[in-house]
This record gives sequence, C-alpha cells and structure tokens, in this order.
Amino acid sequence: MSEMKLMKGNEAMAEAAIRCGCDAYFGYPITPQSEVLEYLALYGEKRTGMVVLQAESEVAVINMVYGGACTGKRVMTSSSSPGVSLMQEGISYIATAELPCLLVNVNRGGPGLGTIQPAQGDYFQAVKGGGHGDYKLIVLAPSTVQEMVDHVKLGFELAFKWKNPIMILSDGSLGQMMEKVELYDEIPRKTEVESWALTGKPKTRERNVITSLFIDPKEMEEVNIRLQKKYREIEKEEIRYASYNCEDADYVLVAFGLVARICKKAAQLAAEKGIKIGVFRPITLYPFPYQALSDLSEKVKGMLVIEMNAGQMVEDVRLAVNGKVKVEFHGRMGGMVPSPEEILENIEEKLLGGKA
Amino acid sequence: MNEKRLITGDPADVLTDEAQIDAMIARESICNNENLIYERPETLTDAIFHYCPGCGHGVTHRLIAEVINELDIQSETIGIAPVGCAVFAYHYFNIDMTEAAHGRATAVATGIKRLLPDKYVFSYQGDGDLAAIGTGETIHTCNRGENILIVFVNNGIYGMTGGQMAPTTLIGMKSTTSPYGRDAATMGYPLRITEMIATLPATYYVTRQAVNTPANVRKAKKAFQKAFEYQKQKKGTCFIEIVSNCPSNWKMTPLQSNKWLEENMLTFYKLGDIKAPGKESAE
Repeated sequence: MSEMKLMKGNEAMAEAAIRCGCDAYFGYPITPQSEVLEYLALYGEKRTGMVVLQAESEVAVINMVYGGACTGKRVMTSSSSPGVSLMQEGISYIATAELPCLLVNVNRGGPGLGTIQPAQGDYFQAVKGGGHGDYKLIVLAPSTVQEMVDHVKLGFELAFKWKNPIMILSDGSLGQMMEKVELYDEIPRKTEVESWALTGKPKTRERNVITSLFIDPKEMEEVNIRLQKKYREIEKEEIRYASYNCEDADYVLVAFGLVARICKKAAQLAAEKGIKIGVFRPITLYPFPYQALSDLSEKVKGMLVIEMNAGQMVEDVRLAVNGKVKVEFHGRMGGMVPSPEEILENIEEKLLGGKA
Repeated sequence: MNEKRLITGDPADVLTDEAQIDAMIARESICNNENLIYERPETLTDAIFHYCPGCGHGVTHRLIAEVINELDIQSETIGIAPVGCAVFAYHYFNIDMTEAAHGRATAVATGIKRLLPDKYVFSYQGDGDLAAIGTGETIHTCNRGENILIVFVNNGIYGMTGGQMAPTTLIGMKSTTSPYGRDAATMGYPLRITEMIATLPATYYVTRQAVNTPANVRKAKKAFQKAFEYQKQKKGTCFIEIVSNCPSNWKMTPLQSNKWLEENMLTFYKLGDIKAPGKESAE
C-alpha cells in the first residue's frame, strides 16, 4: 500500500530509492544533500540488502557508478554542484558506454565553492553536457518533494528504457524542505540479467565488453551517429512539462523546479490586479519542450523567464520562441530565492512597461 | 638432390643446405599437435598483441589468462582495463571486460565487485594510472579491502603517451619530461606504492614480481594463482606488482632493457612477497 508521510526532500528521495529496488548507492558527503547518504546508510542495506558505500571522492563515486552500472543493476548517486562538477568526466564515459544509472544534483549556489543555499546555476552543466564530447543526459526537474520521489522511479525506468544516464536536477531548498509525500509500494530488487551486462562470460555467449574507447575515427563517428539517433528519439518521446493558467493568459512566466511554484504565487498576485499570467514549467529540461513553448508564443504577448541563475534556461526559451514575442529574464544568484512580489514587480516592469 | 620446400610451396624457397633444412623441419614440427607444448588458452582471443617487441605486458596478459583458464573461472571473471599501454587489454582477454577512466580502474572494480560479490574481479593498470592519477582510488580501494586483484605493471615510464616521467621513474632516469634525468629536488622520488599498500590492514597478499626471465615468469604465475585462490576465499585485496621493461621508451633493445631492468629497477623495486599469509607484515 502507498503511504503518506511528512518528509524532508533528500530523505524522501532516499526512501524512494529503497522503494524502487535500487541495488547500489555510491556517495560522498556534500551539503545540502548529505541526508541521502545518511538515510541510506541507516536503512538501505538493512531493508533490501542494497549496497550503500561512502567513497573517498566524487571522482571515485562516479566510477563506482560506472562499474555498478556495468553489471546491469539499478545504480545511483547524488551530490551537489561542486561534487557534480568532479563527476563530469565519468558521466561522459557512462553516456558513451550507454549505461543506465540515476544521478541527482541538489544544486547549490556557485560558481566556485559558492554557498550551500539553493540555486539553479547548473542548468547548462546538466542540459548541455558538462563533460567532454557530444552526449546528453535526460534531465528531470522536480518542483516538489513529491516529484523528487516520483522522479526516482521515473528516472530508473527511463535509464533502462534508453540505456542512458538520467539526472534529477533539484536544488538545496527542495532537498531541505519538508512536505507531505505519497510513497509508492516497494518494488523488488532486480533479478533479471541484462544481455549486455558484465556478469562473467559463459561458454554460450561471446564476451561482453563495455567501453567508451573507439580509436578508429570511422567507428567513433558511427558511435556518435548512433547516440544522436537515440537522442532524437528521446526528444520525440520523453518531453514533459506542466502549464498553469496558460490557456487565456496574456503573458507567461517560464520557470523550472522550485521557482515555478513561486511563479504560480506571483501569477495569483497578478490576477488580483487583473493581469492574466500563466506559468509554464518544463519538467524535462532535456529533452526541452521547444514545440510547446513555440506554440504558446503564438498565443501570448510576451514571456518572462525566472531562474535562480544568471540566465541559462532563458536561452532555450528564446530558441523555442524564435523572436515571435519578447522573452525577458529575471534571475537571482548565489543562493538567493526570488519572492512572488519581486516577480510581480518584474512582470510589471519588463512585460507591461510599468506598474499596472 | 635432397629437395625440400617450405609450406608455402614457393619454388624460390627451395633449400639445399642440410643444416638449414633441419632447422626448418624442427620449426615446422611444432605445428604438429603431438609436439605442442604451449597453446593459446581459451581465455585469450586470437587478436595479435599491439605491445612492442620485448615488452612485459604480453607475458603478463598470458599468465593471467592461463591462470583463469586453469582455474576454469572464465565464466566468473570480470576484468577492468586502464588508460595506458594496456588500454586495449579487452581485445586480448576472452572474458567480460570494461575499460575505465584514467586512474579509476579500482573504483570501477569496486562497483562491479560490490554488486557481484561472488565473481572474480581484477583491474590491470600501469604506473601512471595506478600510482599517479589514480593514487587516491588505489589506496582507498585497498584500505576498504575490496576483495579483488589489482595487477600493477610498473615500467617506470608513461609508455602509451611516448615516454614521459612516471611516479616510479628512478632517480637520474631520463624520460621526455625529465630529459636531464629525474632530479629529486624538483621531481620528487620514485614511489614504492606497493610497500605503502602493504601497510594497509585490509590488504591480504601484496607481492612484487617480474617477467624478465623464465624463472621469474614461473614465480609470477604462482602469485596470480594464489591471488585468485585468495579472492575465492574472500580474503581481501590482493596486489601484484610486475616490474617490467619498456624497450621502446627506454630506447633499448629488448635484451638491453631486460639487463637494465635487472641492474636498476630490481635493485630499487626488490622482488618478493611484501605481505603474505604466514609472512610477518610490513607494518
């Protein structure tokens, strides 16, 4: 039976991992997501026998994830911005070797060592490929603790469906805040063996080799072509977004994650003043809902993108809208969170040309 | 005239000299099954090694493959190739294998072994991979006592990238990045990482071997046999260093390189068990 609980985002996500039959979690402490490792250390092995290992660094973590994923099991890690930066080389290898795994970034303020407060400054890193070469992660952006739970399950499903690393791009506030969540029933741990996995070569099959090395440029290009073909299919099948009051809106706020919830509140404040504002929230940051935003731009007078960074997703919104309406931007940085009132002011100033 | 021809049947190959003919027959006769004293184990593919003539990697590969074959554990063994000269090791071992990022083979091995604790897992790494960029992973993997075998081929130089200084390059030894010889004042000292590893309580069997002579090859093979046996018994980390040569980057013939290895490498990297059951620990 599913179960209702009041839980902190990071702990809810860890609980979700256990309930998803996660086979292994490799982690390294970093604020604001250390609760994931702590929760799993406390309950993971005890409840399902899953592997929970604190590694010596995020570099080691991502390579343990690589090794674990080679066995065809459900493997995950979580970290926060500087830690995720350290993982980028390994993520590129995992994507190229087409291994399924789940990665979580509880985004904190940067750049540099930055701050432990929430931010969205890792959008580019997550969506455009933070490591070397042409690869893509499927990037899920939860906006509630409930979605952090749901995205763990969805993430594992997508990882194995596409043989691709999945990233949940959360932030420090979602990780730390407590909300009511509905927890799904426990899924048993994986018993089926993937045909491509490293399990030891029996006489009955050829050896399995997992590599991201293709020294012959012709072969390397073929691998790239195959990957790009997969990404095009993902772009067709996996786009997810949510919209709020967009049908009869004059203007639309575009935001992902926690910020989309603040935008909803701002839209309500605007409605009280007679301004019709919708909110559009991409749930998959890759694949990005370009077409939906393009369609929406035909119906509204302008868009305002709100992010907790210096303007990252706004580039994708502008690509989608392609100049059909004006796309303005307001961002807070360094761990600062915009308030609904502040967003309303920006609507008035940037979209309406002054106070309504 | 006693006319004999080579297998090709090319008339130009006609030989008349009796001694030459006898030598040829002796060579051909090893192709007959009853005369075979060595054959490729099933755990090696028929791919031709890309290693330079005289390099110790080929023999080391063969020993590991033979041991896996003799223990009949092909279906239970997973290997991890490094970045370095052995980056293509998975072309040669006929077993399930992966290829790790530079220095991270033991982290990858940890991931595999933790999920498949009943399989045999080994990493195969060079000195740059294991003792420079991957030092952290090496030490912590051994400190956790991961029940795997780490094979460490030490030839004191970066081979694949063309002869740069390694953490194990000897004092005074020339490389492309220590062209006047390694100077401890600015480049530090050659790292005896195997001795460091032996101080960790979770390692079980730590040994240094070589493959430069038939006698050493036989001893090295015994070490591999023991390591797989200990892994079966879940004893903890086994670590086998193979002190090897690099004729190409040492700029020597294979014979010269083996002599140089004997006189220089083996006097600094002394062969033998550093930590073994029944032997007093290095601590």
